[in-house]
Amino acid sequence: MIKYIFKRIFYSFLTLIILVALTFFMMRLLPGDPFIGQKAIPETTLKALNEKYGLDKPMWQQLLIYFGNVFRGDLGISIHYNRPVNDIIRQAFPYSFDLGIRALIFATVMGILLGIIAAVKRGTHWDTLSMFLAIIGVSVPGFIVGSLLQYFFALKLTQWTGIAFFPNTGWNGFAAKILPSFALSLSSLATVSRLMRTSMMDVLSQDYIKTAKSKGLSQKAIVWKHAVRNAIMPVITVLGPISAALLTGAFVVENIFAIPGMGKFFVYSIQTQDHTMISGTTLFYGAFLIIANLLVDLAYGFIDPRVKLSEVKE
Amino acid sequence: MDSKIKHIDKSQFERIGLDKSDIKTVSGQNTSYWKDAFRRLSMNKAAIAALVIIIIITLFSIFVPAFSPYTISEQHLGHTYAPLGFRDPTDGHMHLFGTDSLGRDIFTRVWYGGRISLFISFSAVLINFIIGIIYGGISGYAGGVVDNIMMRIIEIINGIPYLIIVILLMMVLPAGTMTMVIAYATVGWTGMARLVRGQIMSLKEQDYVVAAKVMGARPARIITKHLLPNTLSVVIVNITLSIPSAIFTEAFLSYIGLGVPVPLASWGTLANEGSRVFQMYPSQLIIPAICISLTMLSFNLLGDGLRDALDPRLRK
Repeated sequence: MIKYIFKRIFYSFLTLIILVALTFFMMRLLPGDPFIGQKAIPETTLKALNEKYGLDKPMWQQLLIYFGNVFRGDLGISIHYNRPVNDIIRQAFPYSFDLGIRALIFATVMGILLGIIAAVKRGTHWDTLSMFLAIIGVSVPGFIVGSLLQYFFALKLTQWTGIAFFPNTGWNGFAAKILPSFALSLSSLATVSRLMRTSMMDVLSQDYIKTAKSKGLSQKAIVWKHAVRNAIMPVITVLGPISAALLTGAFVVENIFAIPGMGKFFVYSIQTQDHTMISGTTLFYGAFLIIANLLVDLAYGFIDPRVKLSEVKE
Repeated sequence: MDSKIKHIDKSQFERIGLDKSDIKTVSGQNTSYWKDAFRRLSMNKAAIAALVIIIIITLFSIFVPAFSPYTISEQHLGHTYAPLGFRDPTDGHMHLFGTDSLGRDIFTRVWYGGRISLFISFSAVLINFIIGIIYGGISGYAGGVVDNIMMRIIEIINGIPYLIIVILLMMVLPAGTMTMVIAYATVGWTGMARLVRGQIMSLKEQDYVVAAKVMGARPARIITKHLLPNTLSVVIVNITLSIPSAIFTEAFLSYIGLGVPVPLASWGTLANEGSRVFQMYPSQLIIPAICISLTMLSFNLLGDGLRDALDPRLRK
């Protein structure tokens, strides 16, 4: 088990280093110059700017400086906003995190419930309905769901009834958080419910379920005490990829609902070619997801004894 | 004893012959694996409907831009934001899906966008398929240290969220259709490689592969003749199911402003343009949105249908 933990931590660290190097070289390869903008800059100013941001040094020196800065937690100064990237992240990330966590909780809880219903009532209308919802959720991108929700529930519903149930944009108050969280969560919800249904059907056909049934246990006890606990395992493994999908999905959802989170800054920095901002945000997201994946894997190792066993066998 | 046997006359026997109808009832018709799979698929109404929709969308994307009276960048500034089914009484211009902010015909643009979106996703998935099958084939067949190293590389690539790599690549490379393909294919192949490796690993222990090895078949022959054909069904299902994710990636990148450059149009860029005027002219977003969703839905349904048809373990 200790060996497994160290191995996972080592790989996460290696991935992180590769991500930092990758981001650095990508940013240097970018066409265009961050200082060539709206107005022409005199030669001497350009030289001074290059010196200030260390762009006049050789490549390997820049890379080492970059590594040093990143591991000290300094992501540089945004060229466009002229503010430390750390500051911007500190200010904007709580909004994104709030949105992401709401979507994550909603997606997992609702997805698991839908999956259980579909598996227990296999072949009935409930099954068809929840699987229909699941396939719609997988097939309709978040930005479309977001735009449609905003149009019908924020704009049209207010026009028809005269009461503003949901505000059009923003992140103030509970009502404003419902539509963006729902739009963001839909595709993950679909993934979770499909996975839960398959896993649940797998478990329900096992012998120990038959034993429980022949013991005379009630359907409720079998489903909740015997089946769900075992069927929930695969869902834990997709929590990592799902948090990645939610974070990147938030780029567009935040733009649609004008939420002042990281997504808005990220998309804007792409349009303005703000090197330090893009690399800083990328690294922050990358590191966040790598750590999230690591935690999920470790949690899985603790929860599921079979992971330990397979490691011993190796 | 002997004399008794000789007494039995030949005329007492009657030749029955071969009754063809009996054979049919006993053994049924001979079917190959693929014929059987096709029969199963054709019984799945949702999958067939999905297949028909995919064919229709593909044909429209190929032929509508070629035969349309308008080009994708032709502007009719006299009637911008024309509604659905608009017909100009003065010059007889007909716009089935209306026009956009510059008076460009949306019907033409939507199907041209379909061309680009489908081209990007089909070619990206094709490249993923080729890389994945080679990488996964080598890794699975070689095993041991080679397999270990190759899988660690995949693990590291997968550790970084793919959309972030794609965004970085899209920024470095010049904007264009091929860039999208390259960006997606750079990271998209890992899933296919993992799948092929897993299949090959389990197949190479099978008796018929061992037999081929004993008879002296070279690894290249074993891989191409014995192993790959048997992974085909799983690979086909995976290809079908990865097309929607390629379409989604294309739409997502276009939506955040990293799509194909301006005179061109893809479903993603159309949705992006439409979303800016969405509250006034909802049809401008809804039409590309329906195209994206319907195509993704159809491929998902077809993929599910194919999985049910091709996987022997799911048969009842």
